[in-house]
Amino acid sequence: MSSSTCPYDAALAERLVALSEGGLPLVANPWAWLAEQLKVSEEQVIALLQAMQQQGALRRVAAVPNHYRLGYLFNGMTVWDVADEHAHALGEQLAQLPNVSHCYLRPRHLPQWPYNLFAMLHAKSRAELDNQRAELAALLGPACQRSDMLVSSRILKKTGLRTRRPATSEGDSHAAS
Amino acid sequence: MDRHSLMCQLLDRFQKGLPLCAKPYAAMADELGVSEAEVLSCLAGLADSGVLSRIGPVFEHRRAGASTLAALAIAPAELDQVAALVSAHPAVNHNYAREHRYNLWFVVTGCDRAAIDSALADIATLAGQTPLDLPMLESFHIDLAFALDHAAIALSQPSHRAEVRACLP
Repeated sequence: MSSSTCPYDAALAERLVALSEGGLPLVANPWAWLAEQLKVSEEQVIALLQAMQQQGALRRVAAVPNHYRLGYLFNGMTVWDVADEHAHALGEQLAQLPNVSHCYLRPRHLPQWPYNLFAMLHAKSRAELDNQRAELAALLGPACQRSDMLVSSRILKKTGLRTRRPATSEGDSHAAS
Repeated sequence: MDRHSLMCQLLDRFQKGLPLCAKPYAAMADELGVSEAEVLSCLAGLADSGVLSRIGPVFEHRRAGASTLAALAIAPAELDQVAALVSAHPAVNHNYAREHRYNLWFVVTGCDRAAIDSALADIATLAGQTPLDLPMLESFHIDLAFALDHAAIALSQPSHRAEVRACLP
């Protein structure tokens, strides 16, 4: 996937990351703003972003909504113990469901932690969260040995995205892991 | 297009990504049949209300360094104290209380795996237990259309907005 057909300047990319990870100013031409800060041309900025995207270092340049502000106050981390040989296919299926914001395969840690598939759910009520979990359980069926859902009760720290205002977004929970 | 429909359209489309071309907002305005100024003013409104956390690049952090999801099982009476210590560690950048025996969940990041191990060792010392260490093995592709039908509903209900604000810290 990361075929390096178009290598980019890693030092410049690092400066771009530092400059933009907290967000871009809302101006008609954000690339020109980046170009001015980085002291390169606007074309170089666009080419750098495109190269980073092609090589998988940049997912997208996007508007990141705050799901919490949109009314999604309940966040449940569902965890599932599924057979390793089916985990990839099942993870892809869970990721397609509309309320799943993140879906990851992680190692088990036996005996205390038997779960390997993680799917993050968001809802406006606890009951809605329980319904969503039941949908996931129905989809996994007998492929899942056991499961649990860890509902977040409090956000204690969230600095990973360096958002400009002290808002919190459950939608980004554990995004960087 | 009225302001509310424009908001929903912009959230929906920009969540999936801005075009990497010159004047990306003008390109989106053309597609939606509105002016660039309307797009910018609408996005500014969404940012001011806190519905947009930011507009900017979403990097694949896994390629930029190392990270892991870690958890601790803390006695409820000590949770606040331990949580504060964990949050204060510079390698920790998300920290959530969750309802479970493992009740403190946090992301540890570092430039490489050795930095993660070192941070986890610090946390083990201050918490008096070894944290669960659950690094991502695979990330499944998410359809970014997540939640936007509902978002539109939330935006259209002023009473609900007030309720949300009331719940915020």
